Amino acid sequence: MTSFQPPAEINWWKSPIGKDEILWIGIALVWCLIMFFMMPYWHVYGKQNLSNEAYQTTPAKFQASVDEMVAKYKVGEEAGIPIVKPPAGSDVYLAGRLWQWYPILELEKDQTYRLHLSSLDWNHGFSLQPVNINLQVIPGYDMVISLTPDTTGDFGIVCNEYCGIGHHTMLGKIIVREK
Amino acid sequence: MGQFRQCPDSGFFFDKSAERLMKANAVVAVVALLIAGILALGVVLTRWQSVHLLPADAFYTVLTGHGINGLIYWIIFFEMAVLYFASSTLLRVQLATPRWAWAGFGLMLTGAVMNNIAILSGKSSVMMTSYVPMQAQPHFYLGLILFAVGALIGCFVFLGTLVKAKDENTYEGSIPLVTFGALTAAIIAVFTIASGAIVLIPTFLWSIGYVNHIDAAMYRVIWWAFGHSSQQINVAAHVSIWYLIIGVLFGARPMSEKVSRFAFLLYILFLQLASAHHILADPGISSEWKIFNTSYAMYLAVLASLIHGLTVPGSMEIAQRRKGLTKGLFEWLRKAPWGNPVFSGFFISLVIFGFIGGITGVVMGTEQINLIIHNTIYVPAHFHATVVVGTSLTFMALTYLLIPVLFRRQTFLPKIAQWQPYVFGLGMTILILFQLGAGTLGVSRRHWDMGFTGAALSFDYAGTAYMMMAVSGVGGVLAAVGGAMFIVVAVGSLIFGKKLEPSAGFLQSFALKPLAPEVYNIDQPALLARAEKLPVEESKSSGFHSPGTFVLAMILMVCFVVYYFINWDYLSSVWPMG
Repeated sequence: MTSFQPPAEINWWKSPIGKDEILWIGIALVWCLIMFFMMPYWHVYGKQNLSNEAYQTTPAKFQASVDEMVAKYKVGEEAGIPIVKPPAGSDVYLAGRLWQWYPILELEKDQTYRLHLSSLDWNHGFSLQPVNINLQVIPGYDMVISLTPDTTGDFGIVCNEYCGIGHHTMLGKIIVREK
Repeated sequence: MGQFRQCPDSGFFFDKSAERLMKANAVVAVVALLIAGILALGVVLTRWQSVHLLPADAFYTVLTGHGINGLIYWIIFFEMAVLYFASSTLLRVQLATPRWAWAGFGLMLTGAVMNNIAILSGKSSVMMTSYVPMQAQPHFYLGLILFAVGALIGCFVFLGTLVKAKDENTYEGSIPLVTFGALTAAIIAVFTIASGAIVLIPTFLWSIGYVNHIDAAMYRVIWWAFGHSSQQINVAAHVSIWYLIIGVLFGARPMSEKVSRFAFLLYILFLQLASAHHILADPGISSEWKIFNTSYAMYLAVLASLIHGLTVPGSMEIAQRRKGLTKGLFEWLRKAPWGNPVFSGFFISLVIFGFIGGITGVVMGTEQINLIIHNTIYVPAHFHATVVVGTSLTFMALTYLLIPVLFRRQTFLPKIAQWQPYVFGLGMTILILFQLGAGTLGVSRRHWDMGFTGAALSFDYAGTAYMMMAVSGVGGVLAAVGGAMFIVVAVGSLIFGKKLEPSAGFLQSFALKPLAPEVYNIDQPALLARAEKLPVEESKSSGFHSPGTFVLAMILMVCFVVYYFINWDYLSSVWPMG
């Protein structure tokens, strides 16, 4: 009379179900539905969502957009990497490549930017710390998110998708200042 | 000369060829676990920042090998043994086409060795996921393909054995629940392996120059239909084993055949949608697709796991109460055989899988919450709760059950065996909890140096993050000790354990020879009869049969709800984006 014998009843699918099981299935189902509807709810009322805006691109095309932005808005340099201060509301390009986030961005607090992310070679992971926003960066795809920094300071961009031997040196920076 | 032997202790019938296949698969599985365990030490001792044992290149090689041997070879070789057990042994039928089963085993072994050679040479350190366009050596992919084809053959041998049992009328009525669960695992496995073929065959051709481009995003979507679904094979397999263990130890039967089978059916229908869990933060895939898939279409597979979460301990509670352990809510649990590693391994696995693995999995699989978790060390923490404490510890518990039954040896060093699930479970739980904490602080997974030595710019994680990684390292070392205890008991039993069958020698234990021919003295076992009917008042009553389990389930639900909303609250504090 066990779990590894055929069921006792010929028509086991007609046996009654215990109250504890029925009640638990009911509670669990309600909880599952709540969790499901939280996701569309957050798309409408929440402030942290992915835009679903993405374009196919090529490393060369994306590099050109980055270079154009750097040429226009460069305000300085750190460790050989240009610091760029694009105007609020503009399209901002950030490239991941072996093993660097390029360039360094300087943004204003509470302003919204259209941040474009792409990789010029392998997969990379955009991990903004210590804010803790994590996005996958894939070669051939330009991902756009509207980002509104609401805290000031220097933030690190860790690469959190394994990208070879220099992976741990791939560190970028976003600077956020008061307007 | 017969074809079967009956184990005098357990009453199980073993078909001669199925028995050797089970032994061979289980032995190779344990070898893979040994490799994975040794490499695990390299991983934890490197990520423990003040020890930082390995150089970067060795670390990534070791991490690739650890993942593939632990997650693929140990688990799938063992699952092959489970499939043969759940079909041939439980249904009392000869294994269908044993030669094909051996061919499958040979392919799996060849593939596993080939793939390990590629990894350990240090030239294919691409992680288990091998995301293109990062490229491994061709035999890395070819090894995986051969292994998958072999596993597919094993699944079809299992299905063929079910057909054979039906055809030969070796059992009455419907197949037992445990076999039904194994069938679920096999069906998911076929889907999984097909996805693996679709993605790995072109990738192999790309690695030898016959295909010039593989889309990096497409690769991730299809690879995860293979990578995540294979974890769902494990869930179906270890839940089936939970039912088997409570059946063997307590004579438990499912609270309701209908409910438990329905839950397995939900797995078949919805589990494989979960490949979305890994691509929630990817570009080019719409939120509608992500929400539908990541939630298994409205969390129907989560519902199935929640059902098993009640019915597995609930069935045990009912069996224990029937034996008179009826005092209070928890006498049935207090007086369980905590000193028997088959039980303790199973129960620790059940609790950690449900409370930590299940809850964290659903939380990080929520489309938006994933933004604060994607690719942090929270992710490996989650899957160590599911596949290491969940699946692997369950397999270890089953091994303790099989040593006397299948291998006909007494357990070697039973005291060590008795402590093993506790040491392993405790070590893993420490590792998991502190990696969850470090992941919440943003620490990256698959990362050699959280101090970023040699980077042009600098960033410092919080001091707490370093502390948490250190404690998780201590947990990891403790878990490795627990893993070593398992290996010592399992391998030791096969070599030094007292023989329960005079012919159960060294060669027989390692499947190189069958037991003495006279042991197989049964041509065809008696018909596998239906379970005994319960007295009418019990089978027709629809009252509260397992109040203790219901209370435990409600505690799980409260933890789940609270932790879920804590994470939404955390998400709401990060920079607005849309």
